[in-house]
Amino acid sequence: MALTNDTNGGHLRVPLPAWLKTTFLTLGSIAVTLLGLLFITFIIGRVMPIDPVLAIVGERASQETYDAVYHQLGLDKPLLVQFLYYLWDVLHLDFGTSLLNARPVSEDIARVFPATMELATLGIIIGVVLGVPLGVLAAVRKGSWIDQVARVLALVGYSMPIFWLGLMGLLVFYGILGWVGGPGRVGIFYIDVVPQVTGMILIDAAIDGNWDVFKDAFSHIILPASLLGYYSLAYISRMTRSFMLEQLSAEYITTARVKGMSEWNVVWKHAFKNIRVQLITVIALSYAGLLEGSVLTEIIFSWPGIGSYITTALLSADMNAVLGGTVVVGLIFILLNIFSDLLYKVFDPRAK
Amino acid sequence: MSETQSLRAWLLTDTPTSRRHARLSAIYQGWLSLRSNTMAMVGLGILVMLVFIAAAAPIIAPHDPFVQDLGNRLAPLGTEGHIFGTDSLGRDILSRLIYGARITLYIVALVALIAPVVGLLVGTVSGYVGGWPDLILMRITDIFLAFPRLVLALAFVAALGAGIENAVLAISLTAWPPYARMARAETLTIRTSDYISAIKLQGAGPFRIITKHIWPLCISSLIVRVTLDMAGIILAAAGLGFLGLGAQPPSPEWGAMISEGRRFILDHWWVATMPGLAIFTVSLAFNLLGDGLRDVLDPKAGE
Repeated sequence: MALTNDTNGGHLRVPLPAWLKTTFLTLGSIAVTLLGLLFITFIIGRVMPIDPVLAIVGERASQETYDAVYHQLGLDKPLLVQFLYYLWDVLHLDFGTSLLNARPVSEDIARVFPATMELATLGIIIGVVLGVPLGVLAAVRKGSWIDQVARVLALVGYSMPIFWLGLMGLLVFYGILGWVGGPGRVGIFYIDVVPQVTGMILIDAAIDGNWDVFKDAFSHIILPASLLGYYSLAYISRMTRSFMLEQLSAEYITTARVKGMSEWNVVWKHAFKNIRVQLITVIALSYAGLLEGSVLTEIIFSWPGIGSYITTALLSADMNAVLGGTVVVGLIFILLNIFSDLLYKVFDPRAK
Repeated sequence: MSETQSLRAWLLTDTPTSRRHARLSAIYQGWLSLRSNTMAMVGLGILVMLVFIAAAAPIIAPHDPFVQDLGNRLAPLGTEGHIFGTDSLGRDILSRLIYGARITLYIVALVALIAPVVGLLVGTVSGYVGGWPDLILMRITDIFLAFPRLVLALAFVAALGAGIENAVLAISLTAWPPYARMARAETLTIRTSDYISAIKLQGAGPFRIITKHIWPLCISSLIVRVTLDMAGIILAAAGLGFLGLGAQPPSPEWGAMISEGRRFILDHWWVATMPGLAIFTVSLAFNLLGDGLRDVLDPKAGE
C-alpha cells in the first residue's frame, strides 16, 4: 500500500521487480478465472427449474417444513450472500449432498475420479508415443505418403463423433473379434479382488502383484484408452508437424546441414530440442481435452468415472452432483491451462 | 461464348471501376483458387447435397420417418424397400437420416448465426473501446474459454432443460469466446491504422467506424473460423443428442439415433452405424471446406 502511495505522489518511485509484478498479475487472473467459474456454476444452479427445497423435503411436506428448509439453505438471503455461502462451501470442498444416494458429492467425486484419470492418462500416453514421432516424420518427409497418412488420420479424428467410434470399436474388437474386454473396468469375476490403494485398477493390481486382474483390467481399458489416444494423436501430430516445419526452415538448420551433420542429429538434436517446450504445452492442453472427451467415452464403455457420474446425475436431476462435477472438471481444466502457460513462460526465454 | 469471356475478363481486371466491381472481382478470384482445391470442392459438394436433401426431404424420403412398423423391426441392410434397414420400431433408417439432415442444418445454422455475432460484438467493442470495458469483457471471455466446452454445455442444458433450442443455446454459449478473441485482435490492429484516423477526422463516430469499417475486415477470418468450427458444433450437438439432452425422441436427430441403436450394437449394428456415418460425412465436409477456405482467405494460417 505504501508503495502505491509513493508512486502516486510522484517523487519516490520504487518499481516492483518485474517478476513479482508478473506473479501478482498471474495469480490475480487465476483468481478471477476461478471466481468466474464458480459464479457461472452458481448461476446455473439458480436458474434451473428444479426447486431445491422440494427436492429435499418432498412433495407432501408441510409449509412449515418447507419454510424451515428454505431458510436453512439460505434461499431467503440476497443472491450475493448466497454466492458467498457457496464460495465458502466450495473452498471447504463441500458440494452438498447427492440427491440420489444422500452421500456428500465430494466423496462421490473422489471415488470416481481415479477411474477417469487412469483412462485419460493411458490415453495421453498412447497419443504422445504415437503422435509425436508421426508429426516429426510428417514434417521431415513433407508431402510423402507418411505426411498424407498423418493428415488423413488427423482429419478423420477431427470429424468423427467419439461416441460412435467407441461403439464401432466395441462392435469390431469386442463383439466380432473378441480381442478386448467389454464395457466396464474389469470382468465380473475380478471386481473388488485387489485392495484399493490409488483407485486406479492397473496400478492397484500391480501393487498387489495380482497379474490376472492386471491383465483383465488392461483388456478392458485398452480400447477406450486407444480411442482417447487417437483423438489426442490427431491434435498432437498436427501441432508437432507445424512446429517442426517452422524449425526445419530456420537458418540454423541449414547451417547444421552444411556443416555435414547427420540428418538424425539435425532433426532430433537440433530441431526437436527447440520445440519441446511448445510440445509440452500442447500435451498439457490435450490432456485437459481428454478429461472432457472422456465424458462420452465413459458412457459408451460404462466406465465409472466423472463423466458417467455427471451424466447420470444430470438425467436424474441431481443438481448438486452435476455442479460439483462441473466445478471439479473446470478446476482441473483451468489448472492444466495455467500449468502449460507457466511452463511456457519459464522455459521459453522469448516469452519473458 | 464471348459474353462469358468478357464477364471473366471484367471479373479478373486489374483496374476495377467501382467498389462493387472490386469486391466481385476479389470474390471471383477467391473462388477460382478454392476451385483448384479438390478436397475443398468435395466438401462443398457434400454440403450442397446436404442442403438439397434437407430441402427436398419429403420428396426423396421413401417412407415417413415417424411411422412405426413393428412387424418389420430391425430389418437388416438391403431389405426390400429399406436400403439402410429399419430401427427398433420398424422405422425406415434412410428416411430418418434424410429428415435428420434438416435438424443438423437447423442446429448448425442457428449456432453459426448466434456465436460469431456475439463474439464479433464483444470482440470489436472490447478492442475499440479499450480501458476497463476491455478488461472486463476479456476476463469474461477467458472464463468461458477456461471451461471444458462439453461439460459447460451439459451444465447449461441441465439448467435449461433438454431440447433442441436449449442445446443450440448451450453450444452457442460455449462457442462464442474464440470469435471474440479473434475479433478483438483484428480490431486492435485496425484501430490504429491511418485510414481509421482519416475517417475520424471526417467526423465518423465509433458506431459508424465499428459497423462500417471494422466489421467488414473481420468477416473473412471469421468465416474461416466458423466453417472449421462447424464440425465441432455438429459433433457437440450429436453428443448432446446421444446423451438424451438435445433433440428428443421421436425426432430423427442423428446423435439420438445412435443412442437408440446403441442397445443393439452387437446384434443389429446398422441401426447405430448409419447415423454415425452421416455425422462423420458432414463434419468431414465442413473440415475439408474450412481448410480450403483458410488457404484462400487467410494463407498465413496454413501449414
